[in-house]
Amino acid sequence: MSEDLNEKDERFIVSASPHIRKDISVEKIMYLVILALMPTTVAGIYFFGYHALFIIILSVLSALITEFLILKVRKKEFRMDGSAIITGLLLALVLPPTVPWWVPVVGAVFAIAIGKQVFGGLGQNIFNPALVGRAFLMACWPVLMTTWIVPFGGADAITAATPLNALKLHHITTPSMQLFLGNVGGCIGETSAIAILIGASILLTLKIIDWRIPLSYIGTVFLLMFFVGQDPIFHVLAGGLMLGAFFMATDYVTGPITRWGRVIFGIGAGVFVVVFRLWGGMPEGVCYSILLMNAFTPLIDRYVKPSPLGWGKRERKIAEGSK
Amino acid sequence: MIKDFTNGIVKVNPIFVLALGLCPTLAISTSIDNAIGMGAAVIFVLLFSNLMISLIRNVISKEVRIPCFIVIIATFVTIVSLSLQAYLPSLYESLGIYVPLIVVNCIILGRAEAFASKNPVSRSVLDALGIGLGFTLSLIIISIIRELLGTGGISVFGYGFTLPFSPATFFIMPAGAFLVMGVLLGLLKRVGVIR
Repeated sequence: MSEDLNEKDERFIVSASPHIRKDISVEKIMYLVILALMPTTVAGIYFFGYHALFIIILSVLSALITEFLILKVRKKEFRMDGSAIITGLLLALVLPPTVPWWVPVVGAVFAIAIGKQVFGGLGQNIFNPALVGRAFLMACWPVLMTTWIVPFGGADAITAATPLNALKLHHITTPSMQLFLGNVGGCIGETSAIAILIGASILLTLKIIDWRIPLSYIGTVFLLMFFVGQDPIFHVLAGGLMLGAFFMATDYVTGPITRWGRVIFGIGAGVFVVVFRLWGGMPEGVCYSILLMNAFTPLIDRYVKPSPLGWGKRERKIAEGSK
Repeated sequence: MIKDFTNGIVKVNPIFVLALGLCPTLAISTSIDNAIGMGAAVIFVLLFSNLMISLIRNVISKEVRIPCFIVIIATFVTIVSLSLQAYLPSLYESLGIYVPLIVVNCIILGRAEAFASKNPVSRSVLDALGIGLGFTLSLIIISIIRELLGTGGISVFGYGFTLPFSPATFFIMPAGAFLVMGVLLGLLKRVGVIR
């Protein structure tokens, strides 16, 4: 297709839309996201050692194999489009670094099979598959999913509380610099804010992800926490908010497609995080906040419809009146 | 004649084909004991309500048939409920509100309306047994999966085994019921057992 429409060809071509073509594909976007997740992955392995690497490899492999097998059963073509790799990688990044080997395997199989393929595969799923996997694991093995270790601990590391746990249970606030670098207890990929920001800046510069979602999401948490008298910087840096806002809430498939819809999505998720963190039973709520807003996405898209090009107030009124 | 009996088990299976009575199915299929208890209670009520309704089908006038069905069904549910309370209090306890709710179970009212009120006694009894057995078998299949995965073992009236893995609590929670039920329904359709 693109050969017929190269830029040197200056003939006036009459064709159906789309008229603007870009050299970007699903595969390219997926692999750019994986690339952007690399700093976070490396930081996780650096802080939590080889067991973290083991978890990540197992999770990615299980996701790929599950995707391959299910597509085979469904008699569809398997493509290395990278979406299963992202699901596996994101799932591993939101697991504690202490989980036994079968936890990422079960989680990845569930994420791909029930979170994605049951709905019809790539582009059809309602909920973010990696978060579906995490929510499932959390419901099944809550103790394993909340056992944390201090960074650089090695195999027999002492258990530690995450910054949010420490705040909720012992009213101890972790210094922001420590949170920024990631030298704290937590899930493999959520501790280091700077690593996430490096990756996210690649995606934001290339316009792979829309800045509206992370900005409205993190901004809502910041403002609300400020108004209820909590330390807003702590709440933005601690827990999975950064990872969730840049890499999970921005998922194309499960988020709204309109600009204002994305802002509403971010604000809604932010409100949920604040409610869960302050009044919920568990210290963290990023996972559930994004899953809940995923459920609202079709509703948001339905009510935030952009008007066609050239429409003003008058046309809108006429269209509404004729309904 | 024999078809009235076998139809209920597979072809018009109340859970997987008619999708009736799903509320108790999803709620009590957490253990095999519960499934057997619930199945037995439903078979009893279904059998006697079908029998009674079929016997008096020509006496009841069309306008008041639903109230009549409900009164007959409620009578047998009360018998079941009181007997369970007296002789199997632990089962009564774990089935909870779902025993009295058999009154409004759509399988029973559905069979009364669709079958027993139009067919002779012998056929109605066979239909009740088939449908009741289909319901019980489906419940047992769902509860075996849920109990095995959710508690890491199987126990039927005190006898059973446990497997050496850490149980996935998700499966004995309500969300697990929907998941197991949905996946089973999909698989049975895919394999071609049901249409």
